[in-house]
Amino acid sequence: MKAFNRIPIMASLLVWAVLWEIAGRLELIFLLPPFTDVLAAAYDLVQTPTWQAATITTLRAFLIGMTLSIVIGIPLGFLMGRVKIADDLLGMWVNVFSSAPLSALVPVLMILFGFGERTIVAAVFLFSVWIIVLDTRAGVLHISPSLIEMARSYGASRRALYGKIVLWAALPEILAGLRLGLIRGVKGVVIGQLLVAIVGYGALFETFSRNFRMAQFWALTIILLAFAMLVAALIERFERKVEYYAGAR
Amino acid sequence: MMPPAATRLSRPELVPDDAIVEIRGISKTYGADVEALRDIDLDLPRGKLTSLLGPSGCGKTTLLKIVAGLVKPTAGTIRVDGRIVDGPGPERAFVFQDFALMPWATVMRNTAFGLELRGMARAKREEIAKRYIAEVGLSGFENKYPHELSGGMRQRVGLARALAVDAEVLLLDEPFSAVDEQNRRKFQEDLIRLRTVQKKTFIFVTHSIEEAVYLSDRIVLLSPRPGRISGIIEPNIDRTGNPDEIRRDRRYLDAVEEIWQGLREYVD
Repeated sequence: MKAFNRIPIMASLLVWAVLWEIAGRLELIFLLPPFTDVLAAAYDLVQTPTWQAATITTLRAFLIGMTLSIVIGIPLGFLMGRVKIADDLLGMWVNVFSSAPLSALVPVLMILFGFGERTIVAAVFLFSVWIIVLDTRAGVLHISPSLIEMARSYGASRRALYGKIVLWAALPEILAGLRLGLIRGVKGVVIGQLLVAIVGYGALFETFSRNFRMAQFWALTIILLAFAMLVAALIERFERKVEYYAGAR
Repeated sequence: MMPPAATRLSRPELVPDDAIVEIRGISKTYGADVEALRDIDLDLPRGKLTSLLGPSGCGKTTLLKIVAGLVKPTAGTIRVDGRIVDGPGPERAFVFQDFALMPWATVMRNTAFGLELRGMARAKREEIAKRYIAEVGLSGFENKYPHELSGGMRQRVGLARALAVDAEVLLLDEPFSAVDEQNRRKFQEDLIRLRTVQKKTFIFVTHSIEEAVYLSDRIVLLSPRPGRISGIIEPNIDRTGNPDEIRRDRRYLDAVEEIWQGLREYVD
């Protein structure tokens, strides 16, 4: 089953890679070097100390930002799902921020946090936290009321109610929120670094595009996309496992 | 004249023969004007199975949840074993209409969940749970998950969980309504057998007249909107014989008929 699902995806990737290669060899447009050149550039790029340092900087900001998002987003979603007043007070803002063009806010972050890692972390947080809040809230709201009654009738403390029932019952939605949040977080880290323009991948992107080093530019893009997809796929795998057990909800 | 098949009791004759649950003046109004229950007075005898029977909208589930401590009444008090009910307590265990099993937990963990919440050590609670899993006929299914079981089997887990906490009063909210007909009959027979082993008080909510008569020592008839007691019937059926004989028993059939005549006017 899984193998069948995989083959068409790989096949379609191959088709696009071949098309890219042909377009590149025809030299239709200088923005698009042949795919093999991009691969070669990627191979060279990952061996440079510049790339390694940029990756560490980027990954660090990404991880700190995501951790903040998770640590703040999930409890906030719980609060909104369980407490009506909190939901009324916060609901509007969470919805506004989750659909707002957040890139426009990054310059403001720069004023607040300066030209460094803190701004990037704030950008990752700002991009990823809202969807985590919204999905956690949805998961908490969809818990069957009788499961809550069951826990209460067997004497669950508040802590046990949340730790043993609510968290688990909402887990499929929480994981979906995390997956989407991580993808948005990758967006946040790149946009943040691009606007600040002097650190991490943002600095690399800036250098490559300004000097028309398109092979390196695309190589870096592909590395980023691959990272985002890999992380999302890992969570999705875990999600499927959880949904299997929660199948009878 | 008293009907020979079933004893119809009028209010003053109702002697509280060792009532374990005393319901006094219970009313429940939802919101501003939805009156679910009005002024219910009722004693539920210890060690018996009492059914709350009535058409939908008569507040029977609400009454059961008030006894469970899950719903607060607008007025009135409930006493269980003389103590006023102010929330759920260890002397009562609830069986839910939709089973309310944790889909992410095995049969074993679901069954032992009441004990887990009480902080009992794992080995001890699993030993107890194993016994009750066997009691409801699910031996060998300990490590299965709820979605791997049929509706009837899931409710057996719900029942095992309620039995495992060793509560004196078992509250069953239409436990068989989400179970298919064949499984329901088997389950009803098993419940009768189980009652001879487990000396517990059962309060059973149902909308099925046949089910109520087949299982109950006493049937409380509720009328709808607002829910009030319209009659109490004791079927006096001998349940030692085989199940098919009971269903053909004169007294069983008469009691079903009598209840139907009583409830008929509430059906539109």
